[in-house]
Amino acid sequence: MVYLDFEKPIAELESKLADMQQMAKETNVDVSKEVKSLEEKIKELKKETYSNLTGWQRVQLSRHPDRPYTLDYIEGMASQFIELHGDRNVRDDKAMVGGFAKIDDTTVMIIGHQKGRKTKERQMRNFGMANPEGYRKALRLMKLAEKFKKPIVTLIDTPGAFPGLEAEERGQAEAIARNLREMFMLKVPVICIIIGEGASGGALGIAIGDKVFMLENTWYSVISPESCSSILWRSWDHKEQAAEALKLTAQDMLKNKLIDGIIKEPLGGAHNDPQRMYAELKKVILNNIAELELIKPKDRINQRIEKFSSMGVFLE
Amino acid sequence: MSWYKRTEKGIVTPTEQKLEVPDGLWHQCSHCKKIMQAEEHAHSNYVCPECGFHDRIGSKEYFEILFDGNNFTEIYPNIRSADPLKFIDTQPYPARINSSMKKTGLNDAVRAAYGKMNEISVVIACMDFKFIGGSMGSVVGEKIARAIDVARKKKYPFIMISKSGGARMMEAGFSLMQMAKTAARLALLDKDGIPYISVLTDPTTGGVTASYAMLGDFNVAEPGALIGFAGPRVIRETIGKDLPEGFQSAEFLLEHGFLDFIVDRREMKSKLSVLLGMLKS
Ligand SMILES: [Zn+2]
Repeated sequence: MVYLDFEKPIAELESKLADMQQMAKETNVDVSKEVKSLEEKIKELKKETYSNLTGWQRVQLSRHPDRPYTLDYIEGMASQFIELHGDRNVRDDKAMVGGFAKIDDTTVMIIGHQKGRKTKERQMRNFGMANPEGYRKALRLMKLAEKFKKPIVTLIDTPGAFPGLEAEERGQAEAIARNLREMFMLKVPVICIIIGEGASGGALGIAIGDKVFMLENTWYSVISPESCSSILWRSWDHKEQAAEALKLTAQDMLKNKLIDGIIKEPLGGAHNDPQRMYAELKKVILNNIAELELIKPKDRINQRIEKFSSMGVFLE
Repeated sequence: MSWYKRTEKGIVTPTEQKLEVPDGLWHQCSHCKKIMQAEEHAHSNYVCPECGFHDRIGSKEYFEILFDGNNFTEIYPNIRSADPLKFIDTQPYPARINSSMKKTGLNDAVRAAYGKMNEISVVIACMDFKFIGGSMGSVVGEKIARAIDVARKKKYPFIMISKSGGARMMEAGFSLMQMAKTAARLALLDKDGIPYISVLTDPTTGGVTASYAMLGDFNVAEPGALIGFAGPRVIRETIGKDLPEGFQSAEFLLEHGFLDFIVDRREMKSKLSVLLGMLKS
């Protein structure tokens, strides 16, 4: 278990609890009363901690190393999954995964950014930063879903589209731009869920949907708090301030009508009880597909366009 | 430089005037350093007649260059930025907007208008870099969306002249969604079969490149324009190496297949008109 800085008090109590249980085991002394009271105390502290998180703390949770990633969700929700590779042009981008999955009786196309957990895998997945071929692979799979009339689910978790030399050569901007335009015209239901980090165009490139959700402890904005701090304050030290200013939490994004809903996470974050998280996400996906399938494709497209067209605040 | 010395010796004027007069009447090319009459420079569409360097210009100049007789009807010129996030960095966002409005005489970073270009009716939207770096906030997105609506209603070709550092951070999530909004409108324009020419000028980066600027039926650029998704500094820091000469230039993008052609600003009006003329039924 990895604890974040603001989780230290919880970590201390939990290690105290572990010591107590260990001691009881060794000495055969009955400490059940003390254990119970300590457990209560931990629960209270957790509730208090996680119900008052700052923007920056949500950002930290969204990047928690134990947090489930796209393939974890697929494994946790689907009974069958056939991963499909490649953009049919340059290569297979391992920072973007996708394929047909069976969730209960429903076949869906699931596409998402993929981060790695260990050093080697993290590099292989390029830290969840897709290249143009990743966005082109995603679009290819979306068109495939459209062809076979299967709903699309995208899982967003990226610190940004990769800002590399070859990414520019192969048209990172063009790949993302094309996805935005094409996703508006998809005839099948599209559900987009931010499961971790939703950084800028790299996130939006697979996030044009009939329904866009954010998990409770994720962020979604035009720039990361760190980069925002370095540009506006000319130093990395204002990331907490930037996180607040950007209004990047699920609550703020919902309040500003930039997303359609928030999906609750287990206390302490998705990684604290992944099975419950998968079950919750599965429920949301299936319910929303059922709802969206009642709407005619043409109307669904119009509503999708209408929704994004209404985003923006100005004076006139 | 020698020219300055000569006037200093020859003509006696008050100090303030001495500084202002060369500024207004004369232009020095920032590339080849040639000094020419400002009028001559304007006449060649702000392109250096000596070396071909394209100076950065704004919507006022582009409209003058492209619309016949500088006649056009502006689309929703009065839309202005709000402050939906109450954003404060080193200064409050409204203060930044107000000082930018005062400094530039513009309402925001894009203007849109319709009129005739060599007798062909067109809608042109043009970004102004001097307004907070041509950054894209709600106003930019909304004005472009409405300009496309006009193009669809009147069935006029749409020309978008981009010049932007990317997103407007002070509008955060709202700014990001302008990429989606403009792309949605372009999807409809595309479905209607109305031509869209995207003109990328120096510089076009970030969210603007990754949305409407790259979605033209025709993507064209001015010579030497910097065009990219990530900025050069970010890329340099990511790869830890210096970038090759000419990286992210218009010529580089043409070479890699992302532009249809590069057009000299002095030829822009005629070339775009010829192209649109060919598409007419
Ligand atoms: Zn010159």
